[in-house]
Amino acid sequence: MKVFLMYPDRDFDPKQKLPPNEAALLQDLELNTLFEAMAQGDKFLFDVARQTVLSSLDAPEPIRYRQEILKDCLKHPDVVRQIYRIPIQSIENKQRHWMGVFSRYPSAILSGALEMLEMFVDLLKTLKQIADKHAEGFESQGFRRFFTMIQQELDEDYFAVVENHLKQLKFRGGVLLSADLGNGNEGTNYILRKINHSNQNWMKRVFARKSPVYSFTLHPRDDHGARALGELRDRGVNLVANAVAQSADHIDNFLNTLRLELAFYIGCLNLADQLAQLGEPIAFPKPVPASERRYSIAGLYDVCLALTVKQKVVGNEVDADGKDLVIITGANQGGKSTFLRSVGLAQLMMQCGMFVPAESFSANVCSGLFTHYKREEDASMKSGKFDEELSRMSAIVDSIKPDSMILFNESFAATNEREGSEIGSQIVSALLERRIKVFFVTHMYELAHGFYDRGMENTIFLRAERQRPDGSRTFKLSEGEPIQTSFGVDLYNRIFG
Amino acid sequence: MTFHSILFDKDDIQKETTEQPAFFADLNLDQLVDAITAPKKHYNLKPFFYTPLRDVETIYYRHEVMRDMEDETLMAHINAFAEKMTIVNRYLAMVEKLDFDYHKKGWFLEAALLYCEAVSDLERDLSLANLNSRGFLAFREYITNYVHSPDFQSLMAEAQKVKGGLASVKYCVIIQIGTFRVKKYEGETDYSVEVEKTFEKFKQGAVKDYRLDLYKDSGMNHIEAQILDFVARLYPERFVALDRFCERHSYFMDDNIRVFDREIQFYIAYLELAADIKGKGLTFCYPQVSATSREVYDYDGFDLALAHTLLYTEKPVICNDFFLKDPERIIVVSGPNQGGKTTFARTFGQLHYLASLGCPVPGREARLSLFDQIFTHFEREEDIRNLRGKLQDDLVRIHGILARATPNSILILNEIFASTTLKDAVFLSKEIMARLMELDLLCVWVTFIDELSSLSKKTISMVSTVVPENPAMRTFKIVRKPADGLAYALSLAEKHRLTYEQIKERIKS
Repeated sequence: MKVFLMYPDRDFDPKQKLPPNEAALLQDLELNTLFEAMAQGDKFLFDVARQTVLSSLDAPEPIRYRQEILKDCLKHPDVVRQIYRIPIQSIENKQRHWMGVFSRYPSAILSGALEMLEMFVDLLKTLKQIADKHAEGFESQGFRRFFTMIQQELDEDYFAVVENHLKQLKFRGGVLLSADLGNGNEGTNYILRKINHSNQNWMKRVFARKSPVYSFTLHPRDDHGARALGELRDRGVNLVANAVAQSADHIDNFLNTLRLELAFYIGCLNLADQLAQLGEPIAFPKPVPASERRYSIAGLYDVCLALTVKQKVVGNEVDADGKDLVIITGANQGGKSTFLRSVGLAQLMMQCGMFVPAESFSANVCSGLFTHYKREEDASMKSGKFDEELSRMSAIVDSIKPDSMILFNESFAATNEREGSEIGSQIVSALLERRIKVFFVTHMYELAHGFYDRGMENTIFLRAERQRPDGSRTFKLSEGEPIQTSFGVDLYNRIFG
Repeated sequence: MTFHSILFDKDDIQKETTEQPAFFADLNLDQLVDAITAPKKHYNLKPFFYTPLRDVETIYYRHEVMRDMEDETLMAHINAFAEKMTIVNRYLAMVEKLDFDYHKKGWFLEAALLYCEAVSDLERDLSLANLNSRGFLAFREYITNYVHSPDFQSLMAEAQKVKGGLASVKYCVIIQIGTFRVKKYEGETDYSVEVEKTFEKFKQGAVKDYRLDLYKDSGMNHIEAQILDFVARLYPERFVALDRFCERHSYFMDDNIRVFDREIQFYIAYLELAADIKGKGLTFCYPQVSATSREVYDYDGFDLALAHTLLYTEKPVICNDFFLKDPERIIVVSGPNQGGKTTFARTFGQLHYLASLGCPVPGREARLSLFDQIFTHFEREEDIRNLRGKLQDDLVRIHGILARATPNSILILNEIFASTTLKDAVFLSKEIMARLMELDLLCVWVTFIDELSSLSKKTISMVSTVVPENPAMRTFKIVRKPADGLAYALSLAEKHRLTYEQIKERIKS
């Protein structure tokens, strides 16, 4: 029985290795704000959100698989939360009753495992009831398969078989072991057997030549013998205890997997609730294959900024279909960094199967997302700042692949503009050659305009600009040729004026 | 040809010595023999390594066996045999300690079965092997005759038959509190499998194994013994057969096979160590050995004890060449300290000793002298007695050595007289040297008094040097060339990595 709510054909791996640039992504995109909103204080939800968002899917199909499930969740949040309660209940029961297999004695292992099994059977019955009641209303492939499986596998006959075992395993009629004579005539291959009660028919019973049975009763004070006999019994019970304990583990694992694979959707429900309260839109993105170049968005906002300031924030429209390079220039504090972050966040959210913070969103998936941000301070600075930037860039180059996406934020500006532009230009040109999609926020005119002069079809220039006569920012970006003056004079005026 | 022993071509010589020779510690042969024999402790091989051969013929007898043993297939067959024999002996020792009759007899039967298997497998393997040594050819003949003898054949057939009967016994024990019943097995089904199947559908991946390791020592408590008694009653004929077997074959092991099992380990132990050493890119060769000539040489030789201690390090092992042509007898080694002089002197002694055991020796090509005795005198730093007393002891010892040494002896002197005055040291050394030349024995003398090396045609000079190309590696070589005072100062500078080039190398720009 497989849960398969995260992938159509495999389990979610909570220990899957995260990309090597995980720390940079967390910092540059302020991902913890997103995870906290999804977790609502639950550490488990936080960890799953983090693991899921950072382990991007790299093709549209599995993304759509999760999107469908998430849509079901948004439609039936109460049922989904009810199912999520089942594994939680199991954990609470185990904690409250000190259940578990802790012993070093087979008979104690057996009784511990039996107790767990009995508890699990009750929970599985609840799960079956939910499936029976609500399965109809779910449309996604993932949930339909899940409910069908529950209904088929956990039918009444099955529960009857299980309960019969639970009774048998108390061994009221004694323990029957078979054994062979091993080396040195020592008993070996101890196997616990089912005592034949009824499976011999009367004909056989009549005609079978009764083979002898020898019996021995221990002296009541033979403690040593009693212990030896107990050890022998344990040898047989050992195997069945293992089978029962492993069965309990299997069910436990099934419930844990259920919890794990629902946790991501619960996180999404939590986030959707909060964005709805802010009046922010959400949209299910349309992913296209990594080989295409699609970037067509409307109302894309920085979800982390919205969650932090707890109000609606400005969204952006961009039509960058067919573009490999997006260069963003313009006024300081004109929303360039916010835009860049919203691009990164939306990309990660799309690629884990979530909705995105936008009115509409379509983009190609990428085979890896990288960020290269100017670092304001670095306590452990031994080499120069520019040196440090280049060494981070070198680490990115170690792991970046074609069809990846990289976000530069004021990179290579730690030296003079000419050198920075030259190096930036060489790096970006090489990345483009390797089919890497580049978003570059820069105030370096030479760099930006250098690309503008090349007049490449696959480049688009966005500008943060003042639109209002009073000089205040709109924080909106629009398409436009890079211009030389930055808007630092505005800031200067505002602060000094 | 009758088979005497895989180690000796004749019967009338000393085969084992329990006491370690006096020079072992100075030459680090004690460490080496420890290393060789450590994996084989239960064979007690050291007495073989303490016993040098006196006869070139026996040395070559061993060379032949050793060459046969270098064949990996043969080595594997012998190892398989040895492993089984080890277990046979362990079983037999165990039988002595057990309490219950059918338990003892059961293990005795296992020992006999395994012995038969070990011997007949070895006989088959040897019959197919390409053997050339006199030792193995004779042994093969012996074991072939033995395996085909009626005694062995009936031992094997009977053991297998009895075992077959017992192995097919299957019984059941029904346990309730304070009581149990024993009966034949009647097709009852495996309950664990049934439980597993029921819950298999929930399987997500691997889960913990809850099977406890209920292993207990081979031994039987009275409950198990009682069960075994009942089983014997369920299957009486099979246990009577076991009784009969044990009576008839109370001592089943052949003496020559037992001795072979131990002696062949001498070769295996040495070859296994040599194989490890070869992994470091070093070579071994079978030396020519002469009891009469004192012209000796060895190319790419090395200190085997040192090579073994460096086995699991990155450090390279330094190889050295030497040769002595008539009338040369005495190698005087001088040059910088820590330049490998002592190692060279040890190597010379080790090579000769290993050759006298009939072993291949470190080096590419070698010719060595069969000695009657080896004497060593190594200065010991930890000796804190007053100088006068020490000098006296030194002289007494050397006097004793010279009194016992013959032209066929080998003498290794290492920095004797180092703690006396230079004038005394030069005087005493020249005196001793004169006696050594008169004795005409082979000698390596490590000394700082380099004029000793040019005293006559019997002495040659070898010098420790530091090769400058790669100062990080201690590529210290001992080369045959005149002693040179100047090189010493330079070498010291290099050793401390303080030459012009090195300082540039160490300080990065």
